[in-house]
Amino acid sequence: MMSGRIKFGVVVFPGSNCDHDTYYMLKHVFNQDTCFLWHKDTSLNGVDTVILPGGFSYGDYLRCGAVARFSPIMKEVIAFARDGGAVIGICNGFQILCEAGLLPGALLKNECLTFVCKFVNIRVENNRSMFTSLCDEGEVLRIPIAHGEGNYFVDNETLRILESNKQILFRYCEQDGSITSNANPNGSLGNIAGIMNKTGNVMGMMPHPERASDPLLGYLHGQKIFKSIIHSLSNQENIFNYSFVERS
Amino acid sequence: MYLAKIIVTLKKSILDPQGKTVHHALESLGMDTVSEVRIGKFIEVKINTESEIEAQKVAEEASKKLLANPVMEDYSFIIEKLS
Repeated sequence: MMSGRIKFGVVVFPGSNCDHDTYYMLKHVFNQDTCFLWHKDTSLNGVDTVILPGGFSYGDYLRCGAVARFSPIMKEVIAFARDGGAVIGICNGFQILCEAGLLPGALLKNECLTFVCKFVNIRVENNRSMFTSLCDEGEVLRIPIAHGEGNYFVDNETLRILESNKQILFRYCEQDGSITSNANPNGSLGNIAGIMNKTGNVMGMMPHPERASDPLLGYLHGQKIFKSIIHSLSNQENIFNYSFVERS
Repeated sequence: MYLAKIIVTLKKSILDPQGKTVHHALESLGMDTVSEVRIGKFIEVKINTESEIEAQKVAEEASKKLLANPVMEDYSFIIEKLS
């Protein structure tokens, strides 16, 4: 697909607040070409991968992601995704992708009604995707969530399709990988924490891998997701500043 | 000028934890006869046209494209002529 490094674009909406974390992680931890894309931009500036970061775009007014979905840049992102371009939505980005129709379903208010900010365990349901290629199937990753509307919902028929296409990438789980209602932080249907589209180039997840990728912080499970993406898109080897260190 | 009064509700099949919490609060106020509470949105949209059909069309399009998310919400509206 490309010879050199991958170029990432992090979209900045008014109210995005994980844009700089994501930029820092890609640029300075993973040593990738990274740029910001302003919500009013009408070009993706030649990036290979678009990331819609976490935050509260447009103050979460009306519904989370409902207004951001009509930003000028989103017209380009939608066309890019339809052409097979890699698009990743984290937290608010996931909500925006659902609103934009690039991913099925919707994120409802958490069942507990409160904002939940904590580490959770998620189980890798499918490692045959560009977002999870370096994970083992069934592997448990420990990554934080921080959201008030992360309760994934989709109708039964679409859920059946998601399951048969193996589009569900992550489910909230116990430390040992078992899927229980106790491990479900927000009421998501089937403990779903992250999904991809049918063609496998668009992914949305509520947990924040960018908050668990900096060796300085000691939590590194998020690296597996970024490294999977970089690995899948790149021909180059040894592109990482840091090697992945398993936490005990 | 027309005024569209648009009501957006969660689909019947979707649990409404917010409504449930308010229901419990009403119960604790002693309102035992309340059997269910569901919370939605009420949106007023002024539409600058003299045609009621045009106003209907705009309200429908606004509801469908932005104000309601068909995955989880239903909508309905009434149109009033403003004097």
